[in-house]
This record gives sequence, C-alpha cells and structure tokens, in this order.
Amino acid sequence: MTDFTLWDIVRNLLLAGRWTVVLSLIAFAGGALVGLVLTLARMGGLKPIRWLIRLYVDLFQGTPLLMQLFLAYFGAAVLGFDVSAWTAASVALTLFTSAFLCDIWRGCVEAVPSGQWQASRVLGLNYLQSMRHVILPQALRLAVPPTVGFSVQVIKGTALASVIGFVELTKAGTMLNNAAFAPFTIFALVALGYFILCYPLSRYARHLEKKLYGAGIR
Amino acid sequence: MTLDFSTLLPYTDQILHGLMTTLWLTAVTTMAGIALAIVVAYLRDGASKGRPSLVSRLLGGYVEVIRNTPFIVQLFFLFFGLPALGIPISATVAALLAMTLNLGAYTAEILRAGIDSTQRGQHEAARALGLSRLQSFRHVVLVPAFSRVYPSLISQCIIVMLGSAVVSQISVFDLTYAANFIQSRNFRGFEVYLVVTLIYLLLAVGLRLAFEFVGRRLFAFRQGGSA
Repeated sequence: MTDFTLWDIVRNLLLAGRWTVVLSLIAFAGGALVGLVLTLARMGGLKPIRWLIRLYVDLFQGTPLLMQLFLAYFGAAVLGFDVSAWTAASVALTLFTSAFLCDIWRGCVEAVPSGQWQASRVLGLNYLQSMRHVILPQALRLAVPPTVGFSVQVIKGTALASVIGFVELTKAGTMLNNAAFAPFTIFALVALGYFILCYPLSRYARHLEKKLYGAGIR
Repeated sequence: MTLDFSTLLPYTDQILHGLMTTLWLTAVTTMAGIALAIVVAYLRDGASKGRPSLVSRLLGGYVEVIRNTPFIVQLFFLFFGLPALGIPISATVAALLAMTLNLGAYTAEILRAGIDSTQRGQHEAARALGLSRLQSFRHVVLVPAFSRVYPSLISQCIIVMLGSAVVSQISVFDLTYAANFIQSRNFRGFEVYLVVTLIYLLLAVGLRLAFEFVGRRLFAFRQGGSA
C-alpha cells in the first residue's frame, strides 16, 4: 500500500475539481438556454403550453435531483441509448437548472409593471418587439441577483453526479478515502473546494441584491 | 424494451419501509432544524446591536459553510469523518444530524430576513413595557417573523425532504435506498425510479398542504389584520 501525502490528496482533488467546474458550466449554460425558451413560451404561449411548462417546472422542483439523475441514467437505457455518466449528468442537471431558472425568470418578467406592456402595445409594438425592447431589459435587471444566487445551487447539485459514477470533486473524495483512509481531512478538503467555488458567488449575489434594492426598484 | 410495473409488486414492503423512514426522518429534522434555527437567530439577534461578537461570527460561519457546500459532502464528512476522530456514529444518527444542521442553517437565514423586517421600535416598545429580552424576542420578534417568512420555510422543509434521498448513499433504508435495492434485484431500474419519483412528488405536495393547514391555524391572528 502506498502512502498518500497531503499534496497527493490535494492534487487529485484539484484535478477532479476541474470536472465539477465543467459540469457546472454545461448545466448552467444549457439550463439557461432551455430556461429562456421556456420562459418566453410561458409568457406568450397558448394556455395548454403554459400549463405544460408549469407541470414541467413543478415536476423538477417537486422531486429529488438524485432521482432525476437515476431516471436519466436508467431511462436512457430503456429507450435503447447507451449513455455515459457524463451524458446522463449533463442532461439531468440541464433540465433541473432550466426548470428553476424558468420559475425565477417568470417572476422577474411578471414584476415589470403591466402598464409597461400596455404602453408598448399601444405604441404599435408587437409581442416580440415589446418583449425585446421594453420588458426584457427591465426584467433582466431584476433577474441577475437571483440567477447568480441559483448558480450556487447548480454547483452543489453537480455533487450528486458522483452517485451515478461521474468522477468529480465528491467522487474523487470517496475514491481517495477508500485508498488513503483519511476521511476527516479528505471530506474537509472536498467541502473547502465547494466553498471556494460557491462562497464568492453567494457574496456577489447578495451584493447585487443590495444594490438593486438600494437603487429603489420596487 | 417495454415497461412492466408488475415486477415491482413483490417489493411493496420495501417501498413502504423506505417511505416510513423518509417520513420520520423529515418529521424529526423539521422540528429539530427549526428549533436550532430559532436558537441561532436569537443568539445572532442579540449580538446584532453592537459589534458582532465571537458567538455571532461563529454562527455566521456555520450558516455560510452549510449554505455553500453540498449536502452529500456534509453527510459524508459526518458519517466517515467523526468515527475517524474516535466518535462512533451510526448511519441514521449521521443522517439526522446532517439534515438538522442543514435545515437549521437555511432556516436561520430565512428567519433573519423576517426578523430584520420587524421594526426596531416594536422591540424597544416591548422592552419599555417591561417584557424581558426573551419574552420580547418570542412574542414581538419571533412570531411575526415566522408568519412573514412561513412560505419560504415551507419550501425549505420540502427541499430538505427531497434532499434526504441522499442519505441512501450511507445505507440508511429510506425511499431511495428501497429503489436502489429493488433495482439491484429485478434490474427494472426505470420502472422503480419512476414510481419512487412519483411518490416523492406526492410527498412534496402533501407536505405543502399539511404545512399550509398548520399555518392557517398558527397564524390565524394575521387574517384580516394589517400585518
């Protein structure tokens, strides 16, 4: 049995931490894209479409992320696809993120006073033009703080990908622990890794929120 | 490949067992977590008047560490880390402890938002009327703060219930553990996970309704009031 120095542990965690960052970025970018489409469809769409999107949001918010990962992993196999942990984790986290962002953003669009809508429609702008030039720029200001805040949940969510065998920070921690058996040190370091990624984002989100409310919006 | 849910029927007992575990874990940690949050909020509220004290800073650190690290890492740290320090801990106790500490931190932060929005003058008026600091905290600060942040509190308790799926990873026989167990026996992963996911969804809806029912009784004084 080989001895692990503290540097060996830290180095391996840092290497695996890259995949936590990459998976977070994929989930956030993919989730933002899908979430944006859903938000726009929900704001303008027909009643059945709005109802379906609401069901989608409720399904992802009302079930454990761990189950969503298992379903993506095993569900794809039932449909005949041989998916890797990479694909399953990316798909599940993207859909999870899109549902939450859709909910956050809907709130932001609705927070823009309805007079703004009426005024832009009266001025002859159609739905897309009103959205693009009047509503979205205002909603965007409101949306930034909670969106940054939610990115922390996405990073923490990637830790669950370890359960389906995706080697990121948490999985690397359990693997290192099996070899080196220093659970206290290893999991403290794993936690520190997440803290270093998440804490600045949390602080930034709080700062943005203070700035927004300080500016007298709402 | 077709779906066949009848393959789940022989495992009804396991699913019920897992369901009961998830339910009681949630019930116990909801109460313990809220109690912990009240203590944290009280100690931080007392300190917030002057310079932050050491206690207040330590509690702030606890809240930030919990809120910025994943629950699964907190769970592993307690379950694997404490025995290595010579403190033996069972999987169930580790799960209860991790869930309570997690909910406690989030709820403390939610409560703080509610407490901050209580007007300072009300607190001072209560003290001037001769209420002790504890009485004033309880009647003037805490109860109105609770009623104000109650919707966020419901959501947080549901998040903890859904997050408890992770305790299956340290072999606590909860609903997710039951699903993994059945999947390893009948290799019908998709059917099992679909059914269990729907059970979680029903639990989330049920928990919300139960909380709203309790909230209407608890905060009846607010109905028709101006608060």
